[in-house]
Amino acid sequence: MRSFGLNDVWYLLIATQWTIYLTVVAFLVGGALGLWLAVVRTGGSRFGNGLALVWIRSFQNTPLLVQLFLIYYGLGLFGFRLPPFVAAAVGLICYASAFLAEIWRGCILSVPRQQWEAADALALTPWQIRWYVILPQALRIAIPPTVGFLVKLIKNSSLASVVGMTELMRAATAINNATYQPFKVFLCAAIIYFLLCFPLTMLSRRFERQLDVSTRG
Amino acid sequence: MSALAVSGVSKRFGSLQVLRDINLSLEKGQMLALIGRSGSGKSTLLRCMNGLERIDAGHITIGGHALSYAPAALRRLRQDVGIVFQAYNLFPHLTVGRNIMLAPRLVLRWPSARAEARAREVLATVGLSEKFDAYPNQLSGGQQQRVAIARSLAMAPQVMLFDEVTSALDPELTGEVLITMENLARSGMTMVLVTHEMSFARSIAHIVAFMHDGRIHEIAPAKDLFARPRTEELRRFLSSTL
Repeated sequence: MRSFGLNDVWYLLIATQWTIYLTVVAFLVGGALGLWLAVVRTGGSRFGNGLALVWIRSFQNTPLLVQLFLIYYGLGLFGFRLPPFVAAAVGLICYASAFLAEIWRGCILSVPRQQWEAADALALTPWQIRWYVILPQALRIAIPPTVGFLVKLIKNSSLASVVGMTELMRAATAINNATYQPFKVFLCAAIIYFLLCFPLTMLSRRFERQLDVSTRG
Repeated sequence: MSALAVSGVSKRFGSLQVLRDINLSLEKGQMLALIGRSGSGKSTLLRCMNGLERIDAGHITIGGHALSYAPAALRRLRQDVGIVFQAYNLFPHLTVGRNIMLAPRLVLRWPSARAEARAREVLATVGLSEKFDAYPNQLSGGQQQRVAIARSLAMAPQVMLFDEVTSALDPELTGEVLITMENLARSGMTMVLVTHEMSFARSIAHIVAFMHDGRIHEIAPAKDLFARPRTEELRRFLSSTL
């Protein structure tokens, strides 16, 4: 039995890279998909809205852990054994897309109806109205809740450890199996998660204050 | 050739008949003022003219376009028919200059140098040249409304619609907006406005229509309508506002 040492901290930091990659991929791809879903949800098409809603509600109302199992083990049964990173990324992308879509839909709807009308009366096309008038205004409102969700995504990426992906949480588990010093090991992991998330939380609060000031005008 | 022709227009909101068989026409370069109590249908009629509200029956021809709700046709109509709203509705994330340049660049596909030149020209028309780089929330209500007029004007419309554009303004700011509109009228712009400014309607408008209960109750040259109201409803309305 060896004891928890500096080498292990180094190993945790290396594994943290993968936590970051996973979160970034999930956030960027899930964000793009979520933005598209949010635009579809606020567009006129009933059919599109219905389909988007099925997607969103499916991922919102099932545990992320179950989604990851389905993607990794479930698809594996049909011969689609995805590499752990890909499986984890796909799961987190779907999860992020559903939540970001609903956050951003709310932001889009909070832009006053008169803004649509004014742009419409200037003969802009519906896509021009969205891109040049509505989304830039929705973006400002969206920053604080989006950063808030990003923090949640970093923490939830720890679930990727269950599909065999070696990110921070799985590395910590492995070290614990060798050292049996769970308090030290997981406290160290917790500190790393905290150092990733805390600056983002602060950033989000700063944005929120700025927004407050600008809307008070 | 009239700049605006409305014939047999009716509209209902659910069970409420808001417009009943409206007929009117306006020559190029003239100003029509729609007056009446709130709920009489005047704003709805104005918003029907550029398709912001749909009509249930009748025809509208404006600025050389027959009103149709096919998206492309409606956009072509709106290029030639500007509207200014009570609440200005400037885009708060864009500077004054960019507010004005947006439609010429996206709709008319002008290069930005040409759009900027046009924006500066119309800003000068409304007397706000120095505000090109300001944001809307840095302006007073009256200045914001003049920018909104400039924004519409930048598209060089055939007809401009004004929906109670001074109603949200403090009395001391109303004047500057009315002067801007008066200058526009003198320059030959065809204008339709919904207004509560009776003295402005009387002195500047060519034709005034009094709306009551979804109908055009009386319509006449401005001087006649105010001097000799023919119906009891108009007499009562005028005595309550003057």
